[in-house]
Amino acid sequence: MLKFTSDQMSTLFSAISAMKTLYVPVEKGGEVTFGVWSETEKVRLDALKTVKSAKDLFFPQAETMMGFKMEGKNIEIQVPEEKMDEFVVFGVRACDAKSFEVLDNVFLAEPVDTYYALRRKSGIVICAACTRPEESCFCNVFGIDATAPAGDIVTWTVDGTLYWEAKTEKGEAFTAQLSEYLAEATAEEEAAVAAQNEAVKAIIAKLPYANLKVDGFTGDRMMEYFNSPKWAELYQACLGCGTCTFVCPTCQCYDIRDYDTGHGIQRYRCWDSCMYSEFTKMAGGQPRLTQLERFRQRFMHKLLYYPMNNNGLFSCVGCGRCVNKCPISMNIAKVIKALGDE
Amino acid sequence: MMSEITREDMHIPKIGIVREIIQETPDVKTFRINAPDGSPLFDHMPGQCAMISVPGVGEGMFSIPSSPTNREYMEFSIKMCGCLTSWLHSMEPGQMVTVRGPLGNHFPVENEFIGKDILVIGGGIGIAPVRSVVKYMLDHRQDYGRIDVVYGARSKEDLVYYEEMSKEWPKVPNTYVHLTIDREQEGWDGPVGFVPNYVKELNFPTDKTVIMCGPPIMIKFTLAGLMELGFQKEQVYTTMELRMKCGIGKCGRCNIGSKYVCKDGPVFRFDELDELPNEY
Amino acid sequence: MQGIIEKVTELLDNGTVDRVLAWKAGEFSYDRTPAVFDKESGLYGLVYDSFCVNNLSKYLIEESKKDGKVLVLMKPCDSYGLNMLIKEHRVDREKIYVLGVPCKCKVSVDKIKATGLTGILDIVEEGNDIKVTTVYGDTTLDRKDVLCDKCMVCKDKVVVVYDEKIESDETAGIEKLDRMAEVEALEAMTPDERFNFWRSQLSKCIRCNACRNVCPICSCTKCVFDNDNTGISSKANVDSFEENMFHIVRAYHVAGRCTDCGECSRVCPQNIPLHLLNRKFIKEMNELYGTYQAGTDAEAKDPLTAFTKEDAEPSVIYNR
Repeated sequence: MLKFTSDQMSTLFSAISAMKTLYVPVEKGGEVTFGVWSETEKVRLDALKTVKSAKDLFFPQAETMMGFKMEGKNIEIQVPEEKMDEFVVFGVRACDAKSFEVLDNVFLAEPVDTYYALRRKSGIVICAACTRPEESCFCNVFGIDATAPAGDIVTWTVDGTLYWEAKTEKGEAFTAQLSEYLAEATAEEEAAVAAQNEAVKAIIAKLPYANLKVDGFTGDRMMEYFNSPKWAELYQACLGCGTCTFVCPTCQCYDIRDYDTGHGIQRYRCWDSCMYSEFTKMAGGQPRLTQLERFRQRFMHKLLYYPMNNNGLFSCVGCGRCVNKCPISMNIAKVIKALGDE
Repeated sequence: MMSEITREDMHIPKIGIVREIIQETPDVKTFRINAPDGSPLFDHMPGQCAMISVPGVGEGMFSIPSSPTNREYMEFSIKMCGCLTSWLHSMEPGQMVTVRGPLGNHFPVENEFIGKDILVIGGGIGIAPVRSVVKYMLDHRQDYGRIDVVYGARSKEDLVYYEEMSKEWPKVPNTYVHLTIDREQEGWDGPVGFVPNYVKELNFPTDKTVIMCGPPIMIKFTLAGLMELGFQKEQVYTTMELRMKCGIGKCGRCNIGSKYVCKDGPVFRFDELDELPNEY
Repeated sequence: MQGIIEKVTELLDNGTVDRVLAWKAGEFSYDRTPAVFDKESGLYGLVYDSFCVNNLSKYLIEESKKDGKVLVLMKPCDSYGLNMLIKEHRVDREKIYVLGVPCKCKVSVDKIKATGLTGILDIVEEGNDIKVTTVYGDTTLDRKDVLCDKCMVCKDKVVVVYDEKIESDETAGIEKLDRMAEVEALEAMTPDERFNFWRSQLSKCIRCNACRNVCPICSCTKCVFDNDNTGISSKANVDSFEENMFHIVRAYHVAGRCTDCGECSRVCPQNIPLHLLNRKFIKEMNELYGTYQAGTDAEAKDPLTAFTKEDAEPSVIYNR
């Protein structure tokens, strides 16, 4: 384990940003989001959860996919560049880091989504182990260790000192570039990190959702859950907004649309929500007519459909953003409880 | 430092040129499309689909009714029903469109269907996706048993591929075409009535493999009729359509339970559909 | 609370109503979800306390389409929204039994968290004390310091439409803030400052549509922003124009009708002060056409639909 030798995070950030674009949690208009670091930004490493998750950096809310030049009967396709500057994202929590695996299974499965793939290839993920989990957190339910995130590099902050460990080749290579700011941590310091991690895990075990049970959500019971009478009660107050979807690190449904710039057509994609009424609307009808069906779809996807297609991996990382943000306080934790075997 | 990838992405379409347009019925046209250099756009199997787009107008999923054995062009038979399809109907030959494909699975013509007697049932524009199978089987005639095609439309004018089905297909040995229209009309001396009833009347032996495509109401009643005749759901294939955007199982809107119509479908057997939520 | 349960039970039992629209207690001591109860389900979980902040009036659009009569617990500020829905023929008043409930201002859990508290396990209210138990320790807060923003500028605590009312003389004991102070602060800015303020706020928008979907005035059967054919993405801000436009169009559409219930700002996941757009309109209309509170009754025409020849011409007035 290494440690960062200065107590000024800005020293580290300015060193990184001298090499690559650096994203950190910054405060914008009173809310914390991943933004490009600069001396003048208000960095908020203390914030446990950004409003939008870190997925925004790899799968942005809106992105141009290609352009078309239309001339008479002719069409010319303008394909975006195949290159991208490497970037660093610092401060990714264990839940968001796990969400990348969930997203990878979708976007990197054949046929590969090159837009996502290029960003994943270009991004170096530096995680921050959690020190102060809150009541909406339940990452442990999905087997995630908040003190051991899955990034290229993992950092722990103990008593104001930043400890550092590279976890992948990419992480090793980047660590080497920062060697002048890093030194070996002592055995005592490593013990302090381990002790803090244990303390954090003990806190997590005490949180209200720590004991949620998800073992029962297995593919063979898909129809049983689909037909559960509980949905009628659970969806009742749902406003049909997209808050849960858009703050969720694993929601990845998208829309593809064309925009006429006046000089050509831009085809862009943007996040979409299965909660929206026109999500599945066709000229000939609509398979999910009611909000009950749309609500059910979102949770069936996360707890059954996605795991059925991905070796049992759930499409929820227990980040708790939906718990905090749903206008009517309905969320996946309540759904798990209501439908679960308990 | 820059990272690089090769931009081979199924979101990015190919350019196709519409070479020929055939008015099939008052509201259905068949478009023959190939690449600008005259080569096929891509290889496909019967039942697979492609996304056709006119940028700025829209993009839609269409089945490929031509046979993979046709190397000159790919055909799309498209009914006018919305913004994009109206635009396509107003096109003239030489127009470029964008095409993405092949998308989805296909009918098991190279394994399960081999040696079987095949019953193809179509209604309206629903004949388009299954025509590819028929054409493929006719081109590999020795691999399959007896082929029956039952096809119905509102009127004689609404029968897509009428010439081909009434004149060419019946000439092929052991191949039978049964056409029906909804109501009596002048110049039609064939059977009259809806497809489900006609299928029951024809009273096929139950050892056939069935391929069915048409409006939901036709599918529902024909399937019930087949069950009455003693067919099993395991014998009946259909092809589904839901709203699609990406066509590659990523954008998340065309799922039926854990299956994506664009990737795991569009071809399903009814016993498979029975195991999935009824959201289609 | 006990009085409410007794009254609701009585009205359910004697057949006056078939269902009850209220709030249900959640997993934490502060999360409350709007819910419908009936005889079959019983009233288990029904709660009315300082965290029952959701405006229930909009749910009556769907609830009053169903068979039978629905009882609704109606807080004073939410009753204005109900009057608007009645006025605009969005609900069937005959099928609604309004039980007015008192309100001594609601407590905002976001404000509790903003004091630095996290890992909340329990919150107990004792008079003016909010006692918070967390995994990191216990604290007592002064209720007055953690009230919802919208309650700090509350209208009078009067339920304006009801069949029956439960009274209480409990009050929050706070001095109300001047409702227009925030608007005046914006007006005092230079145009550039104001533009930058709104850009910094609106650029946070994630287009979740929560503000629209929660708004009792946004009751269009089909919103223009949900129409695929408008050419508007409706779910992503593809440019800064569009993120401004959505909120500005919405503000215009609810102008003269907005009751200032504050739900738009409360539900915003990015805490955009959307109510300020609406409140600016209210201030303008009050100045031009006389003080008006939308939803005070279900009959009066609002200033923007009641044209008279004597009406002021805004451009003329402001140039004088």
